Amino acid sequence: MLGPFLAVLQRDLTLAWRGRADVLVTLAFFVIVVCLFPFGVGAETNQLRAIAPGVLWVAALLSTLLSLHRLFAQDHADGTLEQLLLSPEPTALWVLAKVLAHWIVTGLPLVIAAPGLALLFDVEQGALGVLVLSLALGSPILALLGAVGAALTLGLRSGGVLLALLVLPLFVPVLIFGAGAVDSHLGGTGATAHLLLLGGGLLGAIAMTPFACAAALRIAME
Amino acid sequence: MMNGTETETEDGTKRSRSLLRFAAPQVFYPIAGRLAPWFAWLAAGLCVAGLWIGFFVAPTDFQQGEVYRVIFIHVPAAWMSMFIYLIMAFWAAVGLVMNTRLSFMMAQALAPTGAMFCFVSLWTGALWGRPTWGTYWVWDARLTSQLLLLFLYLGFIALTQAIEDSRRSDRAGAIIALVGAVNVPIIYFSVQWWNTLHQGASVSLTRAPSMASTMLVGMLLMALAAWAYTFAVSFWRVRSLILERERHTEWVAAELDEQEARA
Repeated sequence: MLGPFLAVLQRDLTLAWRGRADVLVTLAFFVIVVCLFPFGVGAETNQLRAIAPGVLWVAALLSTLLSLHRLFAQDHADGTLEQLLLSPEPTALWVLAKVLAHWIVTGLPLVIAAPGLALLFDVEQGALGVLVLSLALGSPILALLGAVGAALTLGLRSGGVLLALLVLPLFVPVLIFGAGAVDSHLGGTGATAHLLLLGGGLLGAIAMTPFACAAALRIAME
Repeated sequence: MMNGTETETEDGTKRSRSLLRFAAPQVFYPIAGRLAPWFAWLAAGLCVAGLWIGFFVAPTDFQQGEVYRVIFIHVPAAWMSMFIYLIMAFWAAVGLVMNTRLSFMMAQALAPTGAMFCFVSLWTGALWGRPTWGTYWVWDARLTSQLLLLFLYLGFIALTQAIEDSRRSDRAGAIIALVGAVNVPIIYFSVQWWNTLHQGASVSLTRAPSMASTMLVGMLLMALAAWAYTFAVSFWRVRSLILERERHTEWVAAELDEQEARA
């Protein structure tokens, strides 16, 4: 079981490493979007502090969305996806490996960069840990849900915009609990409930979305 | 609409043994055509009765005055928009499991009506909110989840329209409908919790518990009208879908010739 999983994971990570520039674009997008907000809403410190969790989360969500189309597009173009679907290995398994690789490449850098950016918004240092934890639990859910959308829109002309329309409503609960975790920590009620819900959501997403994604890929490749 | 038990033994083919008989587009097309006008008239009648009771018979609300009468459109539309999504997801699931093309067509025929009701409920809600709450929009849990439901409908419609191959668009639409259906309760509860965390129940949509019975009758009539309207419109829409999908078959050619001869 673990063999094909690790093989696909290693392959995708190697490919991503060879094309490092692509990965950096997602991170740069995240940083720039976050930095745009003070220009839009004004640089008043209290206000920035209040909107920081939401801004960081929305930016993370948008950069995830931006990178989603790459999840299967390359493999679709060069025929790898077809070969993988023909292989006897369970589809959900290697789909999960691909999503994990995708998250390591695009999601993990955001999680690591987030605390630094939070300091630009003068977020209390004690909340940085909660922010990192909420992103670490939440952004894989975004990648998993997004993978279903990416598989459904694979190879369509209006794929990018359509993908956004499909997955953004589904992202809302993750956004609520992710940004809510930091907010409630700052508000003094503690972030445990939010983080537990995010963790539960992550487990649920790992259990269910690979199968939906596998079904969507089969439909797309028929 | 499907009571197929008595037709069990009529013809010998394997498919006719059950309700699946009606899953054949060729069989369903004339049935839908016959039923749709009835439902349309029923909808018109119920709508007139419901609106008459709503606008002329039901008493004026002592708190909100006449403005509350928007409820007779607002609430049935909101009910219907949520219910249609469930039916859509149901037909999508049936289509994926039983591999019946008609189920997918039915799901696609229902989606625009669902989106329409969703929009109507949001629009009338905004018009109702302005005089009573002093604002067109609040980020109340119900309003927000209704807005997200509209986005789910639009996503479904956009996806099924974007894929040209009908087999793929059917299945892809079915998957997104099911993913959406799993998410609808999660969205609803998360939004509810988010709202109560932030501002408490500043605006409550629940009305005074005692409701004049005429109001209830008016609302139920309008809800039934919405049902009948949905049946009529989705039957008409599914007929067009059937004709489009089956345009290469002989029976469609014969049917079109007949329609042309009549016209």
